[in-house]
Amino acid sequence: MATVDLQLRDIHKGFGAFKALDGVSLDVAAGELVCLLGPSGCGKTTLLRCIAGLEHQDRGQIYRSGRDVSAMPPQARDYGILFQSYALFPNLTVAQNVGYGLANQGRESMRARVGEMLDMVGLAGSAEKFPAQLSGGQQQRVALARALAPNPSLLLLDEPMSALDARVREHLCGELRNLQRQLGITTLMVTHNQDEAMLMADRIAVINRGRVEQYALPKTIYNAPASAFVAEFVGQGNWLPFEREGVRARVGGLSLHLEAPGTQTQGRLFCRPEAVLINPDAEQENQFSARMREMTFLGNRCRLRFELDELPGHALLAEIAPESMPQLRDDHIRVALPARSLQVFA
Amino acid sequence: MTIRATVRAADHKGRADLADRLFVNGGQWSMLILLVLAVMLPLLAMLWRGLVGDPAQGGGLAAATELFGSANFRWLLGNSVTSALCVALIVVPLAYGFAYALQRTCVPGKGMWRGISLLPLLAPSMLPGIALIYLFGNQGVLREWIPGNIYGFWGIVLGQAIYTFPHALMVLLSALALADARLFDAASSMGASPWRAFRSITWPGSRQGVFAAACLVFTLCITDFGVPVVVGGDYQTLALEAYKAVLGQQQFGRGALIGLFLLVPALLSFAVDLWLRRRQRDALSGRAQPYHATPQRGRDASFLLLVVTICAVLLGVFGMAVYSSLVKFWPYDLSLSLHNYAFSELPGGWLAYRNSLALACACALFGSVLIFTGSYLLEKTRQTPLTQVLRLLCFIPMAVPGLVLGLGYVFFFNLPANPLHGLYGSLTLLVICTVAHFLTTAQMTAAAALRQLDGEFEAAALSLKVPLLRHFLRVTLPICLPALLDIVRYLFVSAMTTVSAVIFLYSPDTVLASVAVLNMDDAGNVGGAAAMSTLILLTSAGVSLLLAGASRGLLRRSQAWRGAPAH
Repeated sequence: MATVDLQLRDIHKGFGAFKALDGVSLDVAAGELVCLLGPSGCGKTTLLRCIAGLEHQDRGQIYRSGRDVSAMPPQARDYGILFQSYALFPNLTVAQNVGYGLANQGRESMRARVGEMLDMVGLAGSAEKFPAQLSGGQQQRVALARALAPNPSLLLLDEPMSALDARVREHLCGELRNLQRQLGITTLMVTHNQDEAMLMADRIAVINRGRVEQYALPKTIYNAPASAFVAEFVGQGNWLPFEREGVRARVGGLSLHLEAPGTQTQGRLFCRPEAVLINPDAEQENQFSARMREMTFLGNRCRLRFELDELPGHALLAEIAPESMPQLRDDHIRVALPARSLQVFA
Repeated sequence: MTIRATVRAADHKGRADLADRLFVNGGQWSMLILLVLAVMLPLLAMLWRGLVGDPAQGGGLAAATELFGSANFRWLLGNSVTSALCVALIVVPLAYGFAYALQRTCVPGKGMWRGISLLPLLAPSMLPGIALIYLFGNQGVLREWIPGNIYGFWGIVLGQAIYTFPHALMVLLSALALADARLFDAASSMGASPWRAFRSITWPGSRQGVFAAACLVFTLCITDFGVPVVVGGDYQTLALEAYKAVLGQQQFGRGALIGLFLLVPALLSFAVDLWLRRRQRDALSGRAQPYHATPQRGRDASFLLLVVTICAVLLGVFGMAVYSSLVKFWPYDLSLSLHNYAFSELPGGWLAYRNSLALACACALFGSVLIFTGSYLLEKTRQTPLTQVLRLLCFIPMAVPGLVLGLGYVFFFNLPANPLHGLYGSLTLLVICTVAHFLTTAQMTAAAALRQLDGEFEAAALSLKVPLLRHFLRVTLPICLPALLDIVRYLFVSAMTTVSAVIFLYSPDTVLASVAVLNMDDAGNVGGAAAMSTLILLTSAGVSLLLAGASRGLLRRSQAWRGAPAH
C-alpha cells in the first residue's frame, strides 16, 4: 500500500455518560477510499466530526501525513466535507456556493476554478441557478464541487447518499467513486448502507458501540466476519446455537462436522444463505431433511425459507440461482450446510 | 517557494481562527457584561434597596413587615388581584374565540381582522383609558349607557381588557396554529361530533396556551399603571402605589418593596408555564399533516359575528380616541381642528415626540443588531457553561414587569457611587432599559429563525476556511432578513409605546411621548393626551406597514432561492 495519509490513535469521545467513541485506531493510505460502516448511533459520524475538528476528542491523536492535527481548529486541517444535508447556502447561486471557499484567490483564478469544478461534476450550465432549483442529485454534485474547489488533501463524506432515492443512488455511487479515483484524493465516507460501502470502498471499517469491530477489504468483511456483530450487520445469515463435541457440533438433535471448530464449548454457528445447498449429492456431508415453508422469487435469485426436521420452529434461509431450483413435488427437501462455510461465534 | 507559500497559508489559517475566536468569545463576553449591567445588577439593586435600604425612604425589613401587614396594602392588593382576575376572565375566552376563528374556521377577511386586533399594541396603555373617558366619562357620548361612573373598577377592567387583548391573542394564535389533520380525520371517521373532537383534540392541545395567556394577562394587568392612572379614580392599585411612592413621595424603599412583591406573580406564572411547556413538548410529531379548515356555514357565521363585534369595539375605542383628539373643545365645540396637536405651546411637547422617535429608532437599530448577533453566537457555536448562563440571562426580562425593571434601573444607576451614574436621565440609558425590557421576545424570534437554518452551515463554512463573521454577514443574515425586520418592528413599536419602565428614567431633556401623554392627562389636558396618543398610534402603524411592505418585497425578490412561495 501507499504511504499512510490519515492516522487515528485511540480516539475516545463521550457525551455525558454515553461513550460515542471508545478507543478507535485506524490507518488510511493516501488515495484510499475507506467506508465507516455501522448502525445509527454507533459513533461513525462522531468520528468523522472529530477528524474534521468539528468535535473535539476527549483522548487520542489524529495525524495527517505524520503531522499531529489533534488540537488544530477545523480551518487548519485542510479537508473538504460533504454533509448529509449538503448544507448548500440557499441564498447563493451554484457558482457562488462553489466559489465560497476561494475568496482569498484572485477574482479571475476563482472564476476559472469554479468553471473547472462545475465542468468536472457536469453542471456547467447551472452556474447561475439557486440550489432550490436543482434536483437532489444535482445538489449533491454542487456540494461535492464546493468541497473539492479549494483542492483539499482529504475528502470526508457524511452519509452522502441518504437523501437520494434508490435509483439515483447507485448511479451516483459509481460516479463519485470514479471521480475519487481520478483525483486520487484520500476519502473517508460514513454510511449505514452496506451496499454503498461494498460498492465504493477500498476498505471498510465496521463500527459498533464506538469501537472498530473489523477493518478489512469488503470481500473479507463479507466472507470472514471477525465478530458476530459484523456477520449479522453485513448481509444475511443463519444462526444455529450449538454445543461442541470434539470437531463436531451438536445442534438440537443434529450433529455437524466443523472445519474450524475453535475453542468455545458452546456458541452459535453462522452460515450465509447462498452457502446452503438444496437437494445436494448424496455424499455431501452435514446433510439433513427439511421442510420448505416459503419460496420468494427475487429476479436474479430465489430465497427459500425452511425448517430442519430436527429443529422445528427455527426458520433458516437459503439463496440459490433460479435455474438451479429443483422441481419440488411436495415441501420435503434435503439441505446441506457445508463444513467450510460454517463459522463459529461465541 | 512552496515552503513559503505553505507557511503563508498556515499563517492565514491561524489568523482566520483568531478572528473567529475574537468574534465568538469576544461577542459572548460582551453579551455577558451587557446583560449583567442591564438586567442582573438593576434587579439586585432593587432587592438590596427593598430589604436593607434606608428606613427613612420606606425600605428595610421592618418597613417591609409594616407595609405588607398594613390594611392599606391588603386593600391595594385586593383591588389589583380582583381587577386583574376579572380582566383575565373576560379577555382569555374572547381571545380564544378570536384565535379559533382565525386558525380553525373559514371566516373571510382574516388578515384584516388580525390587523385590527393588534391595534392596542401600537399605542400606549393609557389610550384605551382616554377613549373610555370620552365614551363613558362625565361628559362622554355614551354616558347614559352605564350606571354610575366609569372611573374606578370597571374603567380599569375595560381599559386593561382592550390593552391586553392582543397579547392574549398572540399566545393563543400560536397555541392553535398547529394541528394534526389526521387526528380530526380519525375522530370524524369514528363518528365523533365536532364538539367531542374539540374536547378531545383541540382543547388538550391548546389548554397550555390558555393558561399561558391567562398568566400573561394577569401579570400585565397587575403591573400596569397606565390604565389605572387615567380611569382608576379612587380605585387604587399596587402598581399605581409603587409609581406614586417613587415619583410622588421619593419613597424609594417602599417602591422597591412593592416592585419586589409584583415580581412574585410574574415569576410564579413564568415557572409554571415553563414546566407545562416542557411536559407538552412532543405533543405534535414531525410527521403531522397540517390541518386546514373546511367551510361550514353555521360555524363560520357565528365566529364571524364574534370577530366583527370585537373588531367593532376596538375600532370604536380607537376611533373615539382619534376623533376626540381632533375636536376643538369637548363637549362644547365639536368642530374639528388640530388645536390639540399644538404641542409647541406645551413645555417639552414636540421634544417628547422627537425623543420618542429617537429612542424607537435607536432601539430598533442597535437592539436588533445586538440581539440578532447575540442569538447567532448562542445558537450556532459550541455550547459551553457561558452560553448556558447567557441563555438564562436572556430569559429573565420576560419574567420581569417593566415597572419592576424601571425601579431597578433607578436604584442601580442613581447610586452616586456607580461609575455609570452619568447615564442616569440620558437617552442612552432609556435605550438600554427599553432593549433590555423587550429582549426576550426579540431574542426568541431570532433564535426561532436561526434554528430553521441547516445546522451544518457553520461547519461547511469552517471546512472552507471562511471566517465566521463573513459567513454570518453573507449567508445567515440575508436568509434571516425577514425575521430581523420583524425584530426591528417589534422593538420600534415597543419603544414608541412603552411607559412602564421609562417613566422612572427620563429627565426634562429626555421626556418621551408616552410620558407626555401621562403628564398631560395628569394636568387635565385630556385632549392633548389623546392627540399625543394618536400620534404615537399613527407612527407605530406607519412604521409597521412600511416594514411589512419591505419584508414582502424582500420575500418576493428572494423567491427564486427561498423555494417555497412566500406567505
